Amino acid sequence: MYKFLKWFLFWCVLWLSLPARAALDPALLAPFAGDDSAAKADAVTALANTPDPLVDALYKALSEDSLFTLPDGQVIVFDGEKYIDAATGGALTTEPEAPESVIVNNVVRGALESAVALRGLAAADPAARLAAADALKERADPSFLPALEAALEKETDAAVKEALSRTTALLQLVSPDKAVKLAAIERLSVSRDRNIREALAPLAEAETDSELKAAFKTALDAIDFRLSVANFFTNVFSGLSLGSILLLAALGLAITFGLMGIINMAHGEMLMLGAYSTYVVQGLFRDYLPGAVDWYPLAALPVAFLVAAGVGAIMERTVIRHLYGRPLETLLATWGLSLILIQAVRSIFGPQNVEVANPVWMSGALDLYGVVLPYNRLVIIGFAFFVLAIVWFALNRTRMGLYVRGVMQNRPMADAIGVPTARVDMMAFALGSGIAGLGGVALSQIGNVGPELGQAYIIDSFMVVVLGGVGQLAGTVVAALGLGEINKFLEPYAGAVLAKIAVLVLIILFIQKRPSGLFALKGRSAES
Amino acid sequence: MIESQAMIERRLFSPLGWTLFTIIVVLGLTMPLLHVFVPEGSTFHVSAYTLTLVGKILCYAAVALAMDMVWGYAGILSLGHGLFFALGGYAFGMYLMRQIGRDGQYQSALPDFMVFLDWKELPWYWAGTDSFLWALVLVVAVPGIVAYVFGWFAFRSRIKGVYFSIITQALTFAAMLLFFRNDTGFGGNNGFTDFKRILGFPIAAAETRAVLFALTVAYVAGILVFCRWLTQSKFGRVLAAIRDAESRTMFVGYDPLPYKLGVWTLSAVLCGIAGALYVPQVGIINPSEMSPANSIEIAIWTAIGGRGTLIGPLLGAGIVNGAKSWFTVSFPDLWLYVLGALFVISTLFLPRGVMGLLGKTPWGKKA
Repeated sequence: MYKFLKWFLFWCVLWLSLPARAALDPALLAPFAGDDSAAKADAVTALANTPDPLVDALYKALSEDSLFTLPDGQVIVFDGEKYIDAATGGALTTEPEAPESVIVNNVVRGALESAVALRGLAAADPAARLAAADALKERADPSFLPALEAALEKETDAAVKEALSRTTALLQLVSPDKAVKLAAIERLSVSRDRNIREALAPLAEAETDSELKAAFKTALDAIDFRLSVANFFTNVFSGLSLGSILLLAALGLAITFGLMGIINMAHGEMLMLGAYSTYVVQGLFRDYLPGAVDWYPLAALPVAFLVAAGVGAIMERTVIRHLYGRPLETLLATWGLSLILIQAVRSIFGPQNVEVANPVWMSGALDLYGVVLPYNRLVIIGFAFFVLAIVWFALNRTRMGLYVRGVMQNRPMADAIGVPTARVDMMAFALGSGIAGLGGVALSQIGNVGPELGQAYIIDSFMVVVLGGVGQLAGTVVAALGLGEINKFLEPYAGAVLAKIAVLVLIILFIQKRPSGLFALKGRSAES
Repeated sequence: MIESQAMIERRLFSPLGWTLFTIIVVLGLTMPLLHVFVPEGSTFHVSAYTLTLVGKILCYAAVALAMDMVWGYAGILSLGHGLFFALGGYAFGMYLMRQIGRDGQYQSALPDFMVFLDWKELPWYWAGTDSFLWALVLVVAVPGIVAYVFGWFAFRSRIKGVYFSIITQALTFAAMLLFFRNDTGFGGNNGFTDFKRILGFPIAAAETRAVLFALTVAYVAGILVFCRWLTQSKFGRVLAAIRDAESRTMFVGYDPLPYKLGVWTLSAVLCGIAGALYVPQVGIINPSEMSPANSIEIAIWTAIGGRGTLIGPLLGAGIVNGAKSWFTVSFPDLWLYVLGALFVISTLFLPRGVMGLLGKTPWGKKA
């Protein structure tokens, strides 16, 4: 019955369209009246090679959901004012009754995009042609080949030519002509695209001709090599990125724990405060400076620094000051402070994660020979080294830094020659906390911002400082970057969780060998 | 330390201490009897909720006592004792999971979570876990071996103080990540739960609960006496010497390694057994028991009660966990403030804990 109806409709369409001197083949339009989306997609593809403006109108209508069918099977386009017949372009004389919209699902949309792209190759603007050629990279029907070859012949723009020749070569792989096929394989062997490798592999498997098989193998090997190189550098980059995040998380701790010897378990919460400061600044920018909202992270930097440094100074004055020389007690007290800070943030901002958005200039990615470098990661790598430079400068090139180092090396002596040791302690702890606040701004750009943010980083931060060697900035840097790289290179083999466990176990074993870290301070004093 | 060795070895507790000890143990053993034999509605009836809560706190108290052995008497602050507690719990949990038999949701001989993962047979490390005796062996052996191996590495290279603490924290964190994975074969983040039987007895029955509670009371009392004896013995005195001046102790001819390693492993085993008593009473074990926060909390029980007093940590575990169960019900938002304040106050103002407040220890000697 259904089949009969379909036939009936089909003949109806034919019969209706014949007297109107059809400009488009009605058989190609018939599927639009049906429910079979695969058939619709095929029809879209088949129409692509028909150089008729009516096809463009049909495509436009399809993409704008203004293509309709009538109960009698006629396909009509609504052009915004009136209904016109899709096959002939003639306006309908009477207002149609019960037009039904043609449903466009993903299958149809995919076919539509590549068909529109094929026709877009004729555009005068090179940018439009490039966009069309890029769209065809994703998907091109074998029937497009002659049109593509013709377009390639005419093309003058290098970028469009490159994209087109790739797509053409992919379609030519199944050509019966051996020379064409060889040229196509040759052409594709310079690719570094995983999709092309996947397209080539089954063809290589099925190939019987020995010369072609050898060509396939050479091409696949070349692509594999390029892929593995790109993969290697992607790993290097991810490792560097993770390392810079660890560095940002650990730099503040390198001061409070590394230099001052305070087991600051609330360090993670300083990161968290920095991230929440970013959130607040973002909200203020949205409310009062919507035009400059893209630059809120820059404004968040001093705010986060001051908030974290302020909280750090208060902590030092009220609690930590009383516990110098009792490291284990410091550990417990600062853990208690961290619980209070977490609960305070939870009470103020709620227990859920808050939303911190990347500004536009940090979204997107740079594609460098197949290695994808997201901008926010690049910015954070740069920022990590910027903060490192600040810390280094503050400690080694300022009077304050001189005091800090002096007090940490020999407190009674520094006290005796007039260094205000209590104030130096407070300033140093505030500096370390403030640096952690800066790290928090960066962390807010790549992960969730919630009350537990600090807890996720505290163990990693301590691992970095312990591994690097207490009191050594260089050690902290090497440890952070090293841990980042090791983690990312283990991940493909072991998975993320096992890689992390392996790294923790490696650190535990490493500390057996070098109890004072990678870069141990050389000194003559025996351990107490 | 002028008191003579003979004086200390003469008695474990003062007469007053022994009296208090006996009264508390008898009271403790009465609770399960009141639960089973006094009908509900009577003033003297102990509800299942109370019994479970007190039983749970007693298990924590045993952990705090074990912590005191390493922290109070050997100066080793472990931030990973939650791991040993959880390992003991998991080891016994494996037996309890096997006792479910085919009564699980999928009516399979395998635990439900394995059916869910589409596993066809038990992994090798589950072998023998249907035997109660083997489960008991695992409860002691797994935390013991993990602690021994870890301790051997750490103490041999003389890692101590803060470094040791941070590494133990990393250890329990790594273990938590491992147990969170489904593929590790311990139920992933749900862990073990829905137990049905223990030694064939229904686990939710009042009698089973009473017996488990009585065992816990006996266990805590037993290890208290044992640890008291141990700390008064020569072993304990060498340990205290190592705590106070490790280098000097080495120079007079003692090798600290076996002492530290011994007390460390013992402490882990005590935690493991406490975990094994905890799981059937509470009815669940999951990887969050291994979270670093839990382990740090154990340290605060010991610190609040008073380090190096043995009784103190038992009190501390009771005070903190009692407060926790009251606050998390009545004022859930305030609990973290209270806990945080407890950490700060106890370190700033109560360096010797509640026992320091009391001034004297029940057995008449200073801690």
